[in-house]
Amino acid sequence: MSGIHDFTLASARDALKSRKISAVELTNAHIDAIERLDGQLNSFITRTPDQAREGAKVADEALAKGEGGSLCGIPLGIKDLFCTNGVRTTAASKILGNFVPPYESAVTANLLKDGAVFLGKLNLDEFAMGSANLNSAFGPAVNPWKRKDSDAKLVTGGSSGGSAAAVAAGLVLGATGTDTGGSIRQPAAFTGIAGIKPTYGRCSRFGTIAFASSLDQAGPMARNLQDCAILLESMAGFDPRDSTSVDTPVPNYEASLKRGVKGLRVGIPKEYHVEGMPAEIEALWQQGMNWLRDAGAEVVEVSLPHTKYGLPTYYIAALAEASSNLARYDGVRFGERVSAPSLDGLYEASRAAGFGEEVKRRILIGTHVLSSGYYDAYYLRAQKVRTLIQQDFLKAFENVDVLLTPTAPSGAFAQDEKPTDPVQMYLNDVFTVPASMAGVPALSVPAGLDARGVPLGLQLIGKFFDEETLIAAGHAIEQAAAFHHRPTIHAGVSA
Amino acid sequence: MSLDAKTVTRIARLARIGLKPEEVETLGQDMGSIIDWVEQLKEVDVTDVSPMIGTGLATPRLREDRVTDGNCRDKVLANAPEREGPFFTVPKVVE
Amino acid sequence: MSYRITGSTGEWEIVVGLEVHAQVVSEAKLFSGASAEYGGEPNTHVSLVDAGFPGMLPVLNQECVAQAVRTGLGLEAEINLFSRFDRKNYFYADLPTGYQISQFAHPIIGKGKVLVDLVDGSTREIGVTRLHLEQDAGKSIHDQDPTRSFIDLNRAGVALMEIVSEPDIRSPEEAGAYLRKLRQILRYIGTCDGNMEEGSMRADVNVSVRKPGETEYRTRCEIKNVNSIRFVMMSIEVEAQRQIEVWEAGGTVDQETRLFDHVRSETRSLRSKEDAHDYRYFPDPDLLPLVIEQSWVDELKAALPELPEAKRARLEQEYGVSRYESSVLCVEQAIADFYETVARGADARLAANWMLGDFFAALNRTGRSIEDSPVSAEGLRELLGLISNSTINGKIAKEVLEDMVETGESASAIVEKKGLRQVTDTGAIEGAIREILAANSDKVAEYKIGKDKLFGFFVGQTMKAMKGKGNPALVNETLKKLLSE
Repeated sequence: MSGIHDFTLASARDALKSRKISAVELTNAHIDAIERLDGQLNSFITRTPDQAREGAKVADEALAKGEGGSLCGIPLGIKDLFCTNGVRTTAASKILGNFVPPYESAVTANLLKDGAVFLGKLNLDEFAMGSANLNSAFGPAVNPWKRKDSDAKLVTGGSSGGSAAAVAAGLVLGATGTDTGGSIRQPAAFTGIAGIKPTYGRCSRFGTIAFASSLDQAGPMARNLQDCAILLESMAGFDPRDSTSVDTPVPNYEASLKRGVKGLRVGIPKEYHVEGMPAEIEALWQQGMNWLRDAGAEVVEVSLPHTKYGLPTYYIAALAEASSNLARYDGVRFGERVSAPSLDGLYEASRAAGFGEEVKRRILIGTHVLSSGYYDAYYLRAQKVRTLIQQDFLKAFENVDVLLTPTAPSGAFAQDEKPTDPVQMYLNDVFTVPASMAGVPALSVPAGLDARGVPLGLQLIGKFFDEETLIAAGHAIEQAAAFHHRPTIHAGVSA
Repeated sequence: MSLDAKTVTRIARLARIGLKPEEVETLGQDMGSIIDWVEQLKEVDVTDVSPMIGTGLATPRLREDRVTDGNCRDKVLANAPEREGPFFTVPKVVE
Repeated sequence: MSYRITGSTGEWEIVVGLEVHAQVVSEAKLFSGASAEYGGEPNTHVSLVDAGFPGMLPVLNQECVAQAVRTGLGLEAEINLFSRFDRKNYFYADLPTGYQISQFAHPIIGKGKVLVDLVDGSTREIGVTRLHLEQDAGKSIHDQDPTRSFIDLNRAGVALMEIVSEPDIRSPEEAGAYLRKLRQILRYIGTCDGNMEEGSMRADVNVSVRKPGETEYRTRCEIKNVNSIRFVMMSIEVEAQRQIEVWEAGGTVDQETRLFDHVRSETRSLRSKEDAHDYRYFPDPDLLPLVIEQSWVDELKAALPELPEAKRARLEQEYGVSRYESSVLCVEQAIADFYETVARGADARLAANWMLGDFFAALNRTGRSIEDSPVSAEGLRELLGLISNSTINGKIAKEVLEDMVETGESASAIVEKKGLRQVTDTGAIEGAIREILAANSDKVAEYKIGKDKLFGFFVGQTMKAMKGKGNPALVNETLKKLLSE
């Protein structure tokens, strides 16, 4: 069966349409790969092979009639933060360990409507809180990449670590992710795949378990930007059930790949040259500028003066919202419950047992920054700084069309290299957080390997609702970088 | 600076998260270092800056006043860890 | 004539502010499409949004916003074109999300006022601080099981208007008058049914006391969730009494939440101090700020019904009724409408008299409301017409009304069937009177030597003989003439 794991989502789609392959074959091959490899990767929390085979059969019937949506018969993985009707949805938390939603999230409903086949629910940091997928009640997802010289388990990045690992290893043709401060882009960079965080309001948040409502945004993760574009076109769209959803038409993202970057103005934010950044990342960034320049773009320096305040602002705003969003997990209507003689005892015991360490820490910080006497000093101030961060971007975009930066200040690190200081851990998101704070779209594309053979990504940040320019510029980098490396663990590599 | 045990306990109580005594100290340190780190926002001049509310992209929308939902008790109760007939249950609340 | 309570150290003044929670009349809930109707099988008027399921999001109901604006207009209040929803965070069994969505920092309605009428005929203006929209909570049922409380979320998420008064109220009577007037306005506009038994209107009562002449307020206590006007008035009295005793014993009043126990006629502390609340309000990131257009406010204003104050003034002017009569007629819109239907085409003052008298008595007796009155406005108008054109007299009319209530037949049908037309034939009247006078010659003699009071006796006897049908004026006139013969 060699060859079937070489498909990209786009080429699989074309093969399905032309009946060179059936959806059932394609799905079975992926189910086999999951069975073969996911023991090592732990990228799935819940597998749904029976449902997938059923879906593939239906897809084949449609395809035989020349019907079927844009994703008809395409096997995908779903981050376990999207509620799926009748399929356990855990947010990688013990507190939702047995939660079976009686409803479908807007994003997954859109994918199903277009004929996608779901292979299961993918691992993540508990409630999407983390940058390494080490905070999952179901154990960490493992990066399919290894360093050249070591067998150490590398982190996938997070929070969409399971999605990243599954895509990188060829267990799925694409996956959904969510990005609150970098949760799509950073794991995409760590695993050598592409991922897009669309403009806030582009994809409905309905039915997606909330971390920080004003930042959470769903987006695609796949082998390349063409695949991401196809997925995004399906996932995006106005939804009256989400008050923050924006009513603007969904363009043909795939078509924007061909636009090119001639005449495009690319901004290089000077504040992103942070202290202590590895030289090879600086070099890759420079390489990215050269690629875009060679493709006809104009590269200029810009300033985003409040960049350094992005992370602390993010942690205040996101954790404040999270402390409130996670209050509903109280052991009364759904989820894990630890009995106690009093109501408050029940809450305290259920939440103590149900939430992991990092989630508890974040809820407590979020509670603290909102509490009486601290609101003005922390939360209100952070929301004002957020305004300044957004203004930085708007000002920069008066002169440039996109911004180019590294996605993360390092490549994937080993699981046992996890910093013990939470603040050090948060620094992973230093380049991804500002775009989230401003609500602008951003993506990560694989651009090369570091000296130890671990993938690195470049980030592009765009104007509100201008994902098309972002995709065009990203595709120029893809073409120049010609990133065709494969991880050690991959479905197409025989054991 | 580490948050003192009394503060951590008060916050945990507000958040209804039960903590073991040994957790109080560790969390106090972790939270303290995070709080110290976010203190840097005090450097920023926010005079006359209004706080961000959303991204300002969506237009306000209102729902029509029609009954379009509800009447789904089975769904509402299906995941309840404990129930009695049509009700959720909790330990007796005395006021 | 200020209300004062006398303690051991002299007189005290009370200071009261009310926070009224009025349930908004709407089909669906504030942020979900579930029914807002009262009652229903437990947990049926509940959507997954109301039950706080993961990933469920609120979307604001337009009609609830309109109702708040209409109410604001009815209170002559500032309408804020920009308002916002905040989360009020606390844990409770009937609060599924762990926060109540409310308007804390930016309410939709600002300062307004309510004019209240007092028993001594004076009116007072009570300031309204603000009105904001918020979600109701569900219901905890404590009496079904010895160790557990049961949770019904049917009410969870229903829209409430919280209407906060200034601390302008100075007596239990004023508090009662304020609540009645507020309820009247809400009912007129149709934004709240004001049904306190079903909990669609309830009040938190803030009470403090001070010595007359003091300009600062002393510490207040909040009595939560009082669900009748009478209990509000009672609770103010007992709470003020309690606070006075505390102050006079040399103590200080603690700011706290209390509960009114009407059986024991006392208030008691509701929450222990260690459980101090810290609601951690912040703007709800799931909702955008609420921005409304002035033109929409204007449209709503143009469509408002006539409000109680205006209606009362108009009835006085248009129909010549007294201030008292018009205020009673305006208590409910339906009564005023009924009255106007009767009064148009009848003697308007007679109509007011009859409505306030025999008609209301008949309603009370039958336990009916104006909406399902056994006698229609047209029916009553016909009856009054029969009085005005002298077909029957007032006394007979009372009997006819009772028959109408009983049988549902029209006034004229009853008059015809029972032969109740009044006698205006002077010959017949004279004949009847002569018989009475002949049979009571001793009384006639007494009358003639000055016992004027006997005139009433002769009238009564005559009417009795004529089965009540004599025209009273003619009977009087004829009697006077014959007695002076």
